[in-house]
Amino acid sequence: MSPKPKMTSSNLDFYYGDFQALQDVNLEFHERQVTALIGPSGCGKSTYIRCLNRMNDLIPISRVEGRILLDDEDIYEPSLDVVMLRRRVGMVFQKPNPFPKSIFENTAYGLRVNGVKDKGFIQNRVEESLKRAALWDEVKDRLDDTALGLSGGQQQRLCIARALAVEPEVLLMDEPASALDPIATQKIEELIHELKELYTIIIVTHSMQQAARVSDMTAFFYMGKLIEFGDTDTMFTRPKLKQTEDYITGRFG
Amino acid sequence: MDITKDQYSEEHQSAGKPVKPKNISVIQKAVEARHRRRKLVEQVLFTTFRGAAVINGLALFIIIFFMLKNGLSAITWEFLSDVPRESMTKGGILPCIVGTALLGLGAIVIALPIGVASAIYLNEYAKPGLILRTIRLGINNLAGVPSVVFGLFGLAFFVTYLKMGVSLVSGCLTLAALSLPVIIGSTEEALKAVPDTYREASLGLGATKWQTIYRVVLPASLPGILTGAILGLSRAAGETAPIMFTAAVFFTPDLPGSIFDEIMALPYHIYVLATAGTNIEATRHLQYGTALVLIALVLGMNMAAIVWRSRIRKKLK
Ligand SMILES: Nc1ncnc2c1ncn2[C@@H]1O[C@H](COP(=O)(O)OP(=O)(O)OP(=O)(O)O)[C@@H](O)[C@H]1O
Ligand SMILES: [Mg+2]
Repeated sequence: MSPKPKMTSSNLDFYYGDFQALQDVNLEFHERQVTALIGPSGCGKSTYIRCLNRMNDLIPISRVEGRILLDDEDIYEPSLDVVMLRRRVGMVFQKPNPFPKSIFENTAYGLRVNGVKDKGFIQNRVEESLKRAALWDEVKDRLDDTALGLSGGQQQRLCIARALAVEPEVLLMDEPASALDPIATQKIEELIHELKELYTIIIVTHSMQQAARVSDMTAFFYMGKLIEFGDTDTMFTRPKLKQTEDYITGRFG
Repeated sequence: MDITKDQYSEEHQSAGKPVKPKNISVIQKAVEARHRRRKLVEQVLFTTFRGAAVINGLALFIIIFFMLKNGLSAITWEFLSDVPRESMTKGGILPCIVGTALLGLGAIVIALPIGVASAIYLNEYAKPGLILRTIRLGINNLAGVPSVVFGLFGLAFFVTYLKMGVSLVSGCLTLAALSLPVIIGSTEEALKAVPDTYREASLGLGATKWQTIYRVVLPASLPGILTGAILGLSRAAGETAPIMFTAAVFFTPDLPGSIFDEIMALPYHIYVLATAGTNIEATRHLQYGTALVLIALVLGMNMAAIVWRSRIRKKLK
């Protein structure tokens, strides 16, 4: 019997206006586990993880049905404080999106908006987060330079550092490595391994190798539906469905 | 197209011979012919656009040249620092300069916060729908209302109804009302230009909506907002109609001592000199001199704001 899941989605439907982007998605995410979401482009992976921290609230035409629980709490409950939710469920976006601020201020942003005033603490946390995101050595001498001057891969690692700085309980990563070179990718994967000890991690990836390397569980999406969900080893060696197998092996080439 | 096809079939018929890629040369010719035409189109368009730009620049140049030629002789230290004398045929225009500067400043101080706040509400908070569309429609139409109508509104509302009298503050409020639509419009544009990814990133880190606006959206849109403020200010400072019933008077030798004093203002002074002076011809050079000062003031404010804006832009980069 597995312990209680950190997050659960049950019968989740999602609409952009009339277009149904997700259909009846049932998933569970456990603490100290990495879950990979895989599936072809446009199948709804980003839409799904954006439901988990209610980022889709920003899209006026969107509509959610079904339930998502975080520690037994329905995150779409009207009484829920969505600001608190987003601090607890951090996110790294598909495209790097640093603020037009300095590297330091980008990393410290989450602490500042959450009311942390202690300068020494912020300083330490910034350094620690940048180190964990494998960016520190490259930027330690120019923390006050603008983040927009960094390369795409560096920007993405900065966004990861920025998300880590507020110590979320769940970390959503939407293709965090799509703009990274193999070395940085490896560092990020090591980081995921390390973070797994503390957090619940949900990662979208197009790389089957990456999914196989970093994740404990894998969920395969196709056309807005969850096709198969299971532990990664089984999925990659003995998938239940032909559709899953085709996708996985097709990508393995 | 047809030629290419023929060449293709010819080649297929004469298969067997070593294939010289005849069709490629045909394509090349077509590309070249097209290239020549494209280049021509490009050139014609470019020349036209450049012509338009040159005419525009020329217009400004001619205006300034004309003003300088006719008005420069009037510009003396006395002209800039003295009050009008001898039925405004002698002396200076200091009260007008001070009046216009205060009007512009006052208008912007009132209109900028209100305009920016409105734009933030419309763009960041309000839910799209009938109400929002109605408000937008109202604002857009307000931007098209002739300035003299604002003048009459100011007279009826601020001067008479609110009993502020013909005064600096009535003028500032009227000019503020006049420049509000411009400021709201340009601020909204500036806010729209801030990518949503910034907002998402900020909210995703547990920032509130207001923190997101204050810490990310506003700084990123500040240059654009300033541009709006500049436009609003320039427009306000140069207007005659809105202030002639609300703030400006024919003549007052004193600088305003309180916001409830009447004032003189450059645009109105030009209007007075050019239409109602005791000796219109004799004051021609004064009229041009005053206009020159007005242009210098407005351009000066624009320049200062542009420099300020580019500083901010650099800091953001
Ligand atoms: N803002 C939006 N408005 C309307 N439709 C959208 C919006 N965002 C996404 N969609 C649609 O929803 C579907 C799922 O998109 P989503 O971005 O979740 O796919 P994805 O699995 O993340 O793809 P990718 O791997 O390319 O990132 C797509 O068909 C897409 O066109
Ligand atoms: Mg995606």
